Amino acid sequence: MALKIVKGSIDRMFDKNLQDLVRGIRNHKEDEAKYISTCIDEIKQELKQDNIAVKANAVCKLTYLQMLGYDVSWAAFNIVEVMSSSKFTYKRIGYLAASQCFHEGTDVIMLTTNQIRKDLSSPNQYDTGVALTGLSCFVTPDLARDLANDIMTLMSHTKPYIRKKAVLIMYKVFLKYPESLRPAFPRLKEKLEDPDPGVQSAAVNVICELARRNPKNYLSLAPLFFKLMTSSTNNWVLIKIIKLFGALTPLEPRLGKKLIEPLTNLIHSTSAMSLLYECVNTVIAVLISLSSGMPNHSASIQLCVQKLRILIEDSDQNLKYLGLLAMSKILKTHPKSVQSHKDLILQCLDDKDESIRLRALDLLYGMVSKKNLMEIVKKLMLHVDKAEGTTYRDELLTKIIDICSQSNYQYITNFEWYISILVELTRLEGTRHGHLIASQMLDVAIRVKAIRAFAVAQMATLLDNAHLLTGNTQRNGICEVLYAAAWICGEFAEHLEDPMLTLEAMLRPKVATLPGHIQAVYVQNAAKLFATVLQKHEGETDSQAAQETSQLLIDRLPLFVQSANLEVQERASCILQLVKYIQKLQQKNVEVAEEVTALFAGELNPVAPKAQKKVPIPEGLDLDAWINEPPSESESEDEKPKAVFAKEEPKHSRSRHTEVDEKELARRREARKQEQANNPFYIKASPSSQKVYDAPGVEHIPVVQIDLSVPLKVPGMPMSDQYVKLEEERRQKEKADKKKKEKKKKREKRGKGRKGDSGPESEEDITPAHHVDIVTEEMPENALPSDDDDKDPNDPHKALDIDLDKPLADSEKLPVRTHRPEVLKSPAEDRDDNTIPQETKKKSSKDKKEKKKDKEKDRKRSKEDKKKKKKHKDVEEELPESLPEEVVQSEETKEASDLDFWLSSAPVPPVAQVVTVSSSAAAATVDSSSAAAAESEPEELKDTEPDDTKSSKHKKKKQKKEKEEKEKKKKKRHHHHHHHHSDAGAEDSVQNGTVEDEEPLPPMSNYSLLAENSYIKMMKEDADQVCDIQGNHQDESKVVVSVIFENKSDSFLKSMEFNVLDSLNSKLQRPDGAGPHDGLTVPFQLPPGVSNEARFVFSVQSIVMPQKLKGTLTFIVKTDESSTHEKLDFKLHFTCTSYLITTPCYSDAYAKLLESGDLKGSSLRLEGVNMPFHHLLARICFHHHFSVVERIDSCASMYSRSIQGHHVCLLVKSSDQTVSIDAKCDEPSLLGNVLDEIKQTFSKC
Amino acid sequence: MIKAILIFNNHGKPRLSKFYEHYTEDTEQQIIRETFHLVSKRDENVCNFLEGGLLIGGSDNKLIYRHYATLYFVFCVDSSESELGILDLIQVFVETLDKCFENVCELDLIFHMDKVHNILAEMVMGGMVLETNMSEIITQAEAQSKMEKSEAGIAGAPARAVSAVKNMNLPEMPKNINIGDISIKVPNLPSFK
Repeated sequence: MALKIVKGSIDRMFDKNLQDLVRGIRNHKEDEAKYISTCIDEIKQELKQDNIAVKANAVCKLTYLQMLGYDVSWAAFNIVEVMSSSKFTYKRIGYLAASQCFHEGTDVIMLTTNQIRKDLSSPNQYDTGVALTGLSCFVTPDLARDLANDIMTLMSHTKPYIRKKAVLIMYKVFLKYPESLRPAFPRLKEKLEDPDPGVQSAAVNVICELARRNPKNYLSLAPLFFKLMTSSTNNWVLIKIIKLFGALTPLEPRLGKKLIEPLTNLIHSTSAMSLLYECVNTVIAVLISLSSGMPNHSASIQLCVQKLRILIEDSDQNLKYLGLLAMSKILKTHPKSVQSHKDLILQCLDDKDESIRLRALDLLYGMVSKKNLMEIVKKLMLHVDKAEGTTYRDELLTKIIDICSQSNYQYITNFEWYISILVELTRLEGTRHGHLIASQMLDVAIRVKAIRAFAVAQMATLLDNAHLLTGNTQRNGICEVLYAAAWICGEFAEHLEDPMLTLEAMLRPKVATLPGHIQAVYVQNAAKLFATVLQKHEGETDSQAAQETSQLLIDRLPLFVQSANLEVQERASCILQLVKYIQKLQQKNVEVAEEVTALFAGELNPVAPKAQKKVPIPEGLDLDAWINEPPSESESEDEKPKAVFAKEEPKHSRSRHTEVDEKELARRREARKQEQANNPFYIKASPSSQKVYDAPGVEHIPVVQIDLSVPLKVPGMPMSDQYVKLEEERRQKEKADKKKKEKKKKREKRGKGRKGDSGPESEEDITPAHHVDIVTEEMPENALPSDDDDKDPNDPHKALDIDLDKPLADSEKLPVRTHRPEVLKSPAEDRDDNTIPQETKKKSSKDKKEKKKDKEKDRKRSKEDKKKKKKHKDVEEELPESLPEEVVQSEETKEASDLDFWLSSAPVPPVAQVVTVSSSAAAATVDSSSAAAAESEPEELKDTEPDDTKSSKHKKKKQKKEKEEKEKKKKKRHHHHHHHHSDAGAEDSVQNGTVEDEEPLPPMSNYSLLAENSYIKMMKEDADQVCDIQGNHQDESKVVVSVIFENKSDSFLKSMEFNVLDSLNSKLQRPDGAGPHDGLTVPFQLPPGVSNEARFVFSVQSIVMPQKLKGTLTFIVKTDESSTHEKLDFKLHFTCTSYLITTPCYSDAYAKLLESGDLKGSSLRLEGVNMPFHHLLARICFHHHFSVVERIDSCASMYSRSIQGHHVCLLVKSSDQTVSIDAKCDEPSLLGNVLDEIKQTFSKC
Repeated sequence: MIKAILIFNNHGKPRLSKFYEHYTEDTEQQIIRETFHLVSKRDENVCNFLEGGLLIGGSDNKLIYRHYATLYFVFCVDSSESELGILDLIQVFVETLDKCFENVCELDLIFHMDKVHNILAEMVMGGMVLETNMSEIITQAEAQSKMEKSEAGIAGAPARAVSAVKNMNLPEMPKNINIGDISIKVPNLPSFK
């Protein structure tokens, strides 16, 4: 063995190692490729050997070659072999190679799962570390799924070295396997407070990355991060946290307020530039988020701008760059504070550093005003000329256009100048932004009507000199401009001085070398020009000119007819035929101009981008509805296409369909017409689109009034500079004019200057040369503002938009390989770790909620009158879908309230454990609608453990009841305060099951007042069977009675004992050893004003009859001076309904049940029931524990089951206040009693 | 996130490339070439940030680089990273290399690419910064090389001897190549503690 090793290493002496390879490559500079290919052959040989050392050496060399650009994926399997070596040295080589060249498409990657798992649990921390590092580079969704649990375990490793790596890699796991985020998040959160700074930093890193993409889910962590920010000294961590806050503040402005102070402190105190810079950045973000609400942060803005100025003035180019970068963020919300540093920014435009110039360009955007726009653009044009490098020049070009066109050309005073700038820009060589210039030309020409004549003249010149633009094929981008030029000349041909000349220019043979879409525009617009020429020559006696034009077209168009581009060809041949026909008419001396012009009559309005998308769907139009009957299923696949061509539509079905909806269709048609009338974009059948203006919806479109003060005729290609001079002269003149009436103007100016948001100079005195109304773009009416247009559906981070505050569901588990002994911690334990805190959380959330409720109550006390209404609103608003979700909601409320609490600067409200009943009339909100609760009960019974069900349900019911109770109190106006000792005042065993009925699903409760005296009040709810489905078979006769005890006195109540006189049929279940007449001790004491709930179990033998049980509650009233013994009598009423359990039933099972014939029927008729049918159902469901099997219009079948397994079926029909209930049950007396109770319920309404 | 870390010399020869997103080998080479092209034409006294790398990522990405003697260290990062922080990180990286190689020069990087990778792995993992504390990085890196040496043991001895013999030719090498000392100290930037 040893011999073999030595032999292996001797062999290795003669193999090339990495150093030899590098050296060899360097010595073969001439024939490097050849040398490397021989090396690769050698490597292939080496990989075939058994010796792992040789293999590792080969793989190491491959890693180097990979860096040089050689594909080494063919060695993937050998890499896996080296990875699985037991020696760290080789393992590391293997993992390095894998991390460099493995990716999701590498198929051998699936072989690595077990090896990686083994390495992750290796006792050697470096094995684990190397595996984690490697995995972070090539993790795939499969690996992430399989290893998520192992990595999560490592997050709690004893060694910080492993912990930090495990924490960090979780981000990659989340990205590939988003399901793991929620299970892993609690532990990740824990790591934020890890004792090791490295682990902490890693956790901050991961959460920051996550939060950057979906900040709203991490808002609840803000307090924790805030704590870290104020305590941490690690700059790296601080920077990350501060960056994170920058992302969070836009979502929660209150957070920003809280941050301002510590951040300003940091700005003042820190010496690290990086930290200072990030602080400034976040303060800016905060200020932006506050800018709407809080104007008084000028001090902070000043501080930021001042610090940034220091950065910009710094000799370090990096700081200068970053200063400008941050400045541009301030610019968006506080342009004024930036504008005061204009000098500095203009200076930066001349910087030798391109990055800095680009940043300064960004800032220029906010620097321009009407006054300096021309000047600044002139400067930029100079830069354009000087700039080498197309990137920078293109950037300049877009910036010039951006600056000029910003906020609807706000700063342009002279559009002629702008057009000439655009024309000058077309002379740029090799720009990619031809289309940008083109779209600007089109935009300006269309929207600024006053400029059209000038624009057309310029465009005509451009077209004439098209060879300058197209001469070089390299300058493809710029020829887009011709597209705009041709269109403008054609569309606004009436402004052309010599349309014939332009027409000629457009039909030059050279045009055929242009891209197809431009040629198409040429051809189409040539036809427009043709129409113009015809019209021009119409009146003349000599038709020579017009005929010549026709001839020109007939001569030139065939060139386009031969075009390979379909569009060009089609248009050209159409127009050619048209012209030929016109020529014929011309030869007969027929006047054609008018007809030809009519072809192009009308004007196009600018339409906003996305306007089409935002046209609202007309009411009554269902885009998903079938227009025709859907093809029947039986139709075979290959028949369908045939039908399309043969038009064998099943006519009968179609007509039937229309018949059915005749009315509806008519209505829709009417609505559509209405819609169309209001929709300017709807192209009507009328030939002239001019008519559009008649529509009422477009009256608001301003028609431009032209008032030209500058002569339009500029011969030849204009230089924009001329305009600068002209402009100056004009301003001079205006100034002179103004001086005359200065007094008057001054006042005006001041008024305006305040409004204007553009710069310190009172630039309002510069009146624009053209009085141009800019036609605004049109949007459809009722257009919906939507921001969802720009989201990338493929963003991997979208999958990570997961709500982390919800408690974990059972189904959300990381896949675990339980049989592996290597798993350090058993998965069950893991689960426990996670669930236990949540359990407690739930509880505390309850408290919180109640606390909240308290507050609310206080608020409402003053509004006694409106209360009732409000209450019901509340109930409606808070209608949860089902109970389990309710829990979730409360969880969320808890988180939210935590955050709210943290963010609010208000003093801590005293923590009240339970609702106080200090005011009898206080209203409280109900957390769950009873109806919804009733509906969800069955699911709950099924889904959750019985114990959970009990507790959660009861808690909820309790709150519900409390509300109920207060209502009642309010109603009856019980005066029960400060009474002393009037015993046995509980003559009333009130059984007023429901309280009141109001329209939209009134709250319902099964709690009813049991007994009450001046000390205590008991509410019972016996309806609540907790026999779950399994329990039924063994112990089918248990009823649980929940009683709420509420202390209404000022004294302390204790030693409560609950006792019931058993009947033959029903017995209170007492603990073992207790006598049959002993009472049950209530397991709590009641301080003043507190209520609590206890449950008592009764065993029942026969359930077919309702029964009443007498009982007594004894207790001790303890005041400061004395204590007295008191008692309260009550009667428990066990209705038959109480023995029913809401059980879901499927309609097929239901039908079978009815068919079986075992059930005996009975029926009931209720008159004068005045409530919506669904309320009726909800009532039956809730009070009588039924579930709806099926509902059709005002007819429903319902089902319930007794605790002893009797089936009860109801068929409820409602018509005109009459409700008839047909019922069937296998136990007639039970049924009779249930029906009686139902009747009772509704008679109370 | 750090998208890629590249080290190349004044002639654009790659000395280390680490991509944290997958690209084909050809694309990688193209990215290196493009980055070199962008970086190399910049003067010494301009800022260390660059936008407009077309190949890696979109507009969100920046190139942050430092130039030491014959080598460019380029980090391509997105907006979640602090620019100055990354500059400091490059500094930490270079200083760590300097400590581990004892006066690092381009030759060290050329012949020990794997070792550079291993040191880098202690600093940046999967595109996220793992550790910024230099002494911690060095401790871990050295512990691992120690382990490597102990594993080599007797079996590694002959190979070491051979490699020593081969390296005797090394002094001739510098003639062919242009090595300069890497100046390490950079003013103005306090590094993380």
